[in-house]
Order: sequence, then C-alpha cells, then structure tokens
Amino acid sequence: MDYGTTYLVLAVIFGLFMAWGIGANDVANAMATSVGSKAITIKQAVIIAAIFEFAGAILAGGQVTSTIRKGIVDVSGLGATPEILIFGMLAALLAAGTWLLIASFKGWPVSTTHSIVGSIVGFAIVGIGMDAVYWGKLGKIVMSWVTSPLLAGVISYMLFRSIQKVILDTDKPLENARKYVPFYVFLVGFVLALVTIMKGLKHVGLDLSTGESVSLALVCGVLTTLLGKYLVSRVKFDPDADRDFHYANVEKIFGALMVLTACAMAFAHGSNDVANAIGPLAAINSIVMSGELTQNSPLPIWILLVGGVGIVLGLAMYGRKVIETVGSKITELTPSRGFCCTLSAASTVVLASGMGLPISTTHTMVGAVLGVGMARGISSLNMDVVRGIFMSWVITLPIGGVLAIIFFFILKAFFG
Amino acid sequence: MQNANFPISGRRMATKNYLSGLFGASPVAPLQEHMTLVDECVSKLVDLFEAMSVGDTDAVEKTYYQMAELEQKADDKKHFLREHLPTGLFMPIERQDLLDALRVQDMLANRARDVAGIIVGRKLRFPKETSESAIKLVKATVETCHQALNVVNELDELVETGFRGHEVRRVEAMLIELDELESTTDRMQVDLRAALFSVEQDIYAVDVMFMYRVIESIAEIADDAERVGRRFQQMLAK
Repeated sequence: MDYGTTYLVLAVIFGLFMAWGIGANDVANAMATSVGSKAITIKQAVIIAAIFEFAGAILAGGQVTSTIRKGIVDVSGLGATPEILIFGMLAALLAAGTWLLIASFKGWPVSTTHSIVGSIVGFAIVGIGMDAVYWGKLGKIVMSWVTSPLLAGVISYMLFRSIQKVILDTDKPLENARKYVPFYVFLVGFVLALVTIMKGLKHVGLDLSTGESVSLALVCGVLTTLLGKYLVSRVKFDPDADRDFHYANVEKIFGALMVLTACAMAFAHGSNDVANAIGPLAAINSIVMSGELTQNSPLPIWILLVGGVGIVLGLAMYGRKVIETVGSKITELTPSRGFCCTLSAASTVVLASGMGLPISTTHTMVGAVLGVGMARGISSLNMDVVRGIFMSWVITLPIGGVLAIIFFFILKAFFG
Repeated sequence: MQNANFPISGRRMATKNYLSGLFGASPVAPLQEHMTLVDECVSKLVDLFEAMSVGDTDAVEKTYYQMAELEQKADDKKHFLREHLPTGLFMPIERQDLLDALRVQDMLANRARDVAGIIVGRKLRFPKETSESAIKLVKATVETCHQALNVVNELDELVETGFRGHEVRRVEAMLIELDELESTTDRMQVDLRAALFSVEQDIYAVDVMFMYRVIESIAEIADDAERVGRRFQQMLAK
C-alpha cells in the first residue's frame, strides 16, 4: 500500500469534516426541542450533547457503524485491489459532505444518513458492480427511513394521548403531573438502557444474559426516575402563573425534565448518526492497517474519538447558533409536547441503532411532532416541510450516488 | 400558546432549518388579540350611551372616534391573520372554522362602530324615559361580548389539552353562560322597544326610525357574540 498514510490522513480529515457537519446541524435539531422550551441553556445543551453524543456513539453506535462499514457493500469481489474500497469510501464521505453543504445552504430537508448511504451505493455500483450491493439489506434500510418517522409518530401520538388522559385533561393537572410524570421518566431510562445493553455492550466487551440485561435496565430506569423526581422537586411554582394560562405550572414540570430528554436525544443521536462519519473511516482504516480486505477487525477507539471530537467541534463552533435559531423558532413546542416528541424520537432512534439501521434523527423527530399534531396538540404545523421530506427521500439517494461516482473517478485518477 | 408574538414575518427567509420551518405560526394569539380589540371597541358603547343620556355631544363624538380607531386596528389584525394562514397548515381546528370565527368577531366591531356612527351622524338622543333601559341593554350586550372574549381566550388552553376532557367541559359551561347572557339582552331589547313605543309620538319620526335601528343593531351585536361562541362549539365537536 503506497499511499497508506495519505489515505488514512485524508479519511480522518473527511471523517472529521463529516462529523463536524453532523455536530453543526443534526445535533442542533436534536437539542433544539429542549432549548426551545427554555428549560436548558444553550451552554448546558452543548455540554449535554458533547457527553451523551459520545456515550451514545461508544455504547450503542457499534451496530450502525458496522452497517455503514460493511453492511451495504460486498467487497469480497475486490480481491487484490483493496484501494478501490478506499477510494470509494473517501468519495462517499466527500460526496455526502458536499451534498449536505449544498442542501443546508438551500434549506432542503436532507438527511446525513441518506446522503452517506446513497453515496456508498453509488460508488459500489460503478466501482465494483451491481452485484456488490446488498440490495436486500439496502431495501431494509430504505424501508426504515419510512417506518422510523411513522413509528415515532405513533409513539408520540399515544404518549401524548396518555399524558392528556392522566394529566392535562383532568381536574387537577398539576397534582397529576407530579404523580405520573416520574413514570414516564422511568420508561425513558428503561427503554434506552435496555436497547443499549442488549445491543451495544457487546461492542465494549460486556456480554450479559437477558435476565441480567433486563435487571440492569430496570436499575437504570429507577435511577432516572429518582433523578426526574429530584428535578421536579426543584421546580418553583408560581401561584400567579396560572392566571393567564392555566397550565403554566404543569408545563414547568415537563420543562424540568427537558434536561433528561435532552440527554436521551443526544444519546440516541450519537448512537445512530456518528456512524455516518466514522463508518467509512473505519473501513479505510482496517484496509490500510492490514493491507487487505479483512473487515472483521474490531472498531478502534480512536476512530470513535475522531467522530466524537468532530461532533463536539461542530457543535461548539456552529451548532450553538443553529440551536439558538431553531430553539427560538419552535416555541409552539411547549415542554409537554417537547417531552412527548423527544421521548418517542429518542426511543425510535435507539431502537433503530440496536437493529443496526442507519436512519435520520431529524426526520424521526418530524414524525414525532406530527404525531402530537394528530392528537390536536400543536396549534399549527406547516405541511410543506413534510412534502419536502418526501422529495428529499427520492432525490438524495441518486444525487449522493452520482457525486460519489464523480469523486471516485477523480480520486482513482489521482492516486491510481 | 403562551407567547403572544406571531413569528411569521420573515420566517420563510430567515431560517434555512426545516425543523423550525415545520412549526407554522400559531393563529391562536392573533385571534385572541383581535377579539380583545373587538371587545374593547364594543365596550365603548357604554361610554357613548352614558354621554348621550346626559347630552354631552362632545364626549359622544370623542368616543365614536375611539371606537373607529379600535375597529380599524381590529381590521388590520384580521387582514394580517388572513394573509398568514396558508392552506398548507395543519391545525387542531379547521381553517374554515377559524376564518368564520374571525369574520364574526370582526362583524361585532363593525356593528358597534355603525351604531356609534348613526348616533353621532344623526345627533341622536334617546328620550329620557328610555335612556335608563337603553344603557341597561348596552351594558348587557357588552357583558355578552366579554363572555365571548373569555371563550376565545380559552383557545390556548384548548390547544394545550388537545381539545379534550376537563377544559372542554369548562368551555362548554362558558358557552351556556354566553347563551344565557344573550337571552337576557333579547328580553331587555323588548323592554326598550316597549318604552320607546310609548313615547315615540312625541319625537321626530325619522329619529324614531333610527332609534329602532340602533336597538336592532345592538341586539345583533349580542347575537354575533353568541355566534362567536357557536363557532367554538363546532371546533370542540371535531
């Protein structure tokens, strides 16, 4: 391998760039629902995101990384020319990065995940051949892009209806909020912990039986409940606040829990989206290191670090501005709604991560918001955005693919 | 919801982020602001009738101009809300119900201003024997309008609860009260007409005609206030 180090340096740079972009844009979308309700400050959001994105990536991100790295393309046909895969993965990173740059400049609802998957498929078709793509697996991934927002929507609809039933629509919403909200918090802690433990911990070398996993998840659930109770107990109620808006104090309770949902969302996002940046990097690294196509080597921790550092940098440099803008624009999402949406989106994303499905966190969030809207819980939603998302599903795959092909040939001409 | 501002202007151009673009501007606060202006305008009728009963034409005229100004403000708000309610919005209430409610609310202010306009333009002064029951009718009508405003002000709570449960029952009780207030104005109107009838032969006939028209318009204001409530009943029913 003549240019081994060069390839690796390029891969790290492109991967960092991609992670930076995810930190600047995607994370902001994940965190904005919490910041928008003014429950946490932007600084707190950045710190929470930095910690939990990282934790999510390491603890629960392995499955998705391995899908991006080796689940879409069959490289066994490459044999003696492993460089092809290096060029391809570099091209995929460049293509996805370029497309995202254009899209975010234009304000199109394009997903990082869709771009990287489209790019990888594009290069594989031209660089290796039609048969090299695992079409079945790809079909499953594409299906999950439709089902994940749907699932998040259904969950948030049901979550919101149940919150209506036991809290909002009763004679004493405030008392009921204090009584029942900790239960919802338990659910968050339990679901997230369970999926992570069942699916993620193998990657860190822990292998627990089902019984052990469930009990550990239960413990996590109880711990989050206690934390939630503590947060609620710190809420200062203003007896005058309910004069204008009778639910002001109830919303305060949900607001206090935004810290928790923000953590959950950052964790979920880290578990799914970091893979977009480090999946290709991991593939390149394993070839450069071994000189061949063995893709069974474990994921080195420094690669996760590259992803984590990139995200935190993007978040700190640009993401806080996006969080601020988005947060100030979604004031219609009051804490109780934000709570439902974030919880259902986070659960859906973590579930997808556990199944190794790379999905779009933001689209999932949009699905969750629509779910609450269906329950007549949000005063106005702009359906043009939803139409735009459908369009982006159709357009992103081919464009990512074509761009990757162009970059692939440029790289090949340059190094090959 | 709690925020009173209407962050529409420049929304499309200001942000390139589609998660924030997903949230359309809420029509709730502007509808409530519109009704507040309307209620303020209608309430001025009490000042106007009291000034009229003591023959203070300057005060009558001044009140008329205040009402015209409030009506104009409400009108601007109405246009603003209409312009910023694109068809692509998904709302917990039907767009048509909302526009209907807005139209009826606006009619309230129009009618109140017209009543004031007739009184000023024709230098109308109700005979002494009737002025007490006229003021009573106006006060009851304003009361009805207040109640309609109270109902409109519950809209953010209705959205908060997703149009279900306790809050719906609360609003339904308010609507029943609104109906009762309107019925009261009906009875007062009959009394006032009777009082006017008994003295009408002593007044200039054209003035009498306009007095009856004023009474009719005031009754219609109460009717419209009740119709605002009925729009809300439709919103609840879905």
